[in-house]
Amino acid sequence: MARSALTGTRIRERRLALKLRQADLARSVGISAAYLNLIEHNRRRVSEPLLDTFAQALGVAPVALSEGAESALFEALREAAAGADTTGAEAGALIDPSELDRIEEFVGRFPGWAKILAARQARAAALERVVETYSERMGQDPYLLDELHEVLSAVTSLRSSAAILVETPDIEPEWQARFLSSIASESLRLSAAAEGLVAYLDGIEAADSGLAAPLDQLESWLSARGWHLAEFERPDPPAPADLIAQAPELAASAARDLALGYLTRALADSRILPLKPFLAALAETGLDPGRLAARFGAPMAAVFRRLATLPEGAANLPPLGLVVCDASGTLTLRRPLPGFALPRSAAGCPLWPLYEALARPMQPLRLTLDMAGRLPQRFQSWAFAAPRPPEGSAAAFDAPVLMEAMMLVTPATTRSEDARPVGTSCRVCPRRDCTGRREPSLIAAR
Amino acid sequence: MAEKHVLLVEDEPNIAEAIRFILTRAGWNVTVEASGIAALARIAALRPTAVILDLMLPGRSGLEILAELRADADLGATPVLMLTARGQGRDREAAAAAGASAFLAKPFANADVLAALEAIAAPVLAASVLAGSGKAG
Repeated sequence: MARSALTGTRIRERRLALKLRQADLARSVGISAAYLNLIEHNRRRVSEPLLDTFAQALGVAPVALSEGAESALFEALREAAAGADTTGAEAGALIDPSELDRIEEFVGRFPGWAKILAARQARAAALERVVETYSERMGQDPYLLDELHEVLSAVTSLRSSAAILVETPDIEPEWQARFLSSIASESLRLSAAAEGLVAYLDGIEAADSGLAAPLDQLESWLSARGWHLAEFERPDPPAPADLIAQAPELAASAARDLALGYLTRALADSRILPLKPFLAALAETGLDPGRLAARFGAPMAAVFRRLATLPEGAANLPPLGLVVCDASGTLTLRRPLPGFALPRSAAGCPLWPLYEALARPMQPLRLTLDMAGRLPQRFQSWAFAAPRPPEGSAAAFDAPVLMEAMMLVTPATTRSEDARPVGTSCRVCPRRDCTGRREPSLIAAR
Repeated sequence: MAEKHVLLVEDEPNIAEAIRFILTRAGWNVTVEASGIAALARIAALRPTAVILDLMLPGRSGLEILAELRADADLGATPVLMLTARGQGRDREAAAAAGASAFLAKPFANADVLAALEAIAAPVLAASVLAGSGKAG
């Protein structure tokens, strides 16, 4: 079972709370201080027996150090608090900022309640999405608009004709006959339009039974497979469409086209950057996307994607996260990293190098980041933006250029460099005086 | 007294018939035009006191017609009562921006059509009375 990268941070927090020196803790668990330092910065995974030893030395239950699901739980609870802030009209629904600082205590003391709240939050977010989809549809669907126009026209005509008959006692017989026949034909038209609307709305319900957003579906499928597609490393890789056909959750959903695009690119990446030579080169150059791209003559984007989807633990790599966005800044792929939470629907932090890269295409950016959060962590990031390779009709000479930016992140070891303070997304970011802030934070003290 | 002449641009025959009946009984001379494409030419030919214009017309939207009418040096001041299907919101804002004199949301009460038309036509009628000569020849 993969251990959360937060384990190291937890060990460090606990050690500092006990005012233990690194050397002392290292000695009592039987490892070198240098190795402990790597562990504390989440650069090395902690084995099961070693975790038990750590827990004993630090006087906590092993699960308190390792619980990987917890960081996800914290995020979900923060989102729940942020959600209450937007939807709770009365001030009573807002959470006291001082309570937000006690999320860990809450999770620790009431794990069951915390999980239920997080699950409710996820459900509420999914339902909000459905409502949004429907309201967009109501506002834009040409068939619906036509049918509604039809209904309104029939009703207008019925109302006017009926009123004329009622309000004009001295109406001539020809006119009377004329309006009676209007009423007859318009009521037929109204009932046909109503039937059409009912049938159409029934159809919508059948088509949209899946609630998750397509990107969420693709990401959860990839996540369940550890983000590595071993099939594509074989000499005879399966076609992307065949792989999708074996995954019913993708095949039968709106995520299908998205998955096809993703898998086609992943297969192409594995051809340009074959696993064995890539790992060998990686062992030589270290984590340096630029040199890897140069060595293989590969696009930087392919190297980024490849690095983020290697088999777990390969080449002694630390865990890597990857975010991709299009020119509008919309996140189009999110491989999260413990401690570096990625927003699910909101836009990300404007201070991310990801967005800076968009404004400086082809310019590699390497920055150390300080991620705000309950357990602040330092990350190394690489960002790069380039036009997406055109395909199909986008390959025309004067077709619009579609930019794509990517950012790789990994836990940083060094504490000496200057780091840029960043967050996840404004709503759940605790930084009070931030120049990039675009909306008030729920967490920053007001 | 000046002749009260209104051009009704409406593609729904039953709605047009009802409006024509109501306005005729109130003393208006009503001409119905069902096509959006022919609307401007009819306005130029008839030079009506006011126009009732449906927003949703086949061929040419009421907004386009209104915009072109407002840009016309000769006919630009013609009062226009816009019939909108959704009554409020975007349609109405767009119609206001294009220069509609008044709006009426479908479905409407018969008395409202007459009241709205009389209201937008009143300044024009008053002006033609003051000038001492109706446009009707």
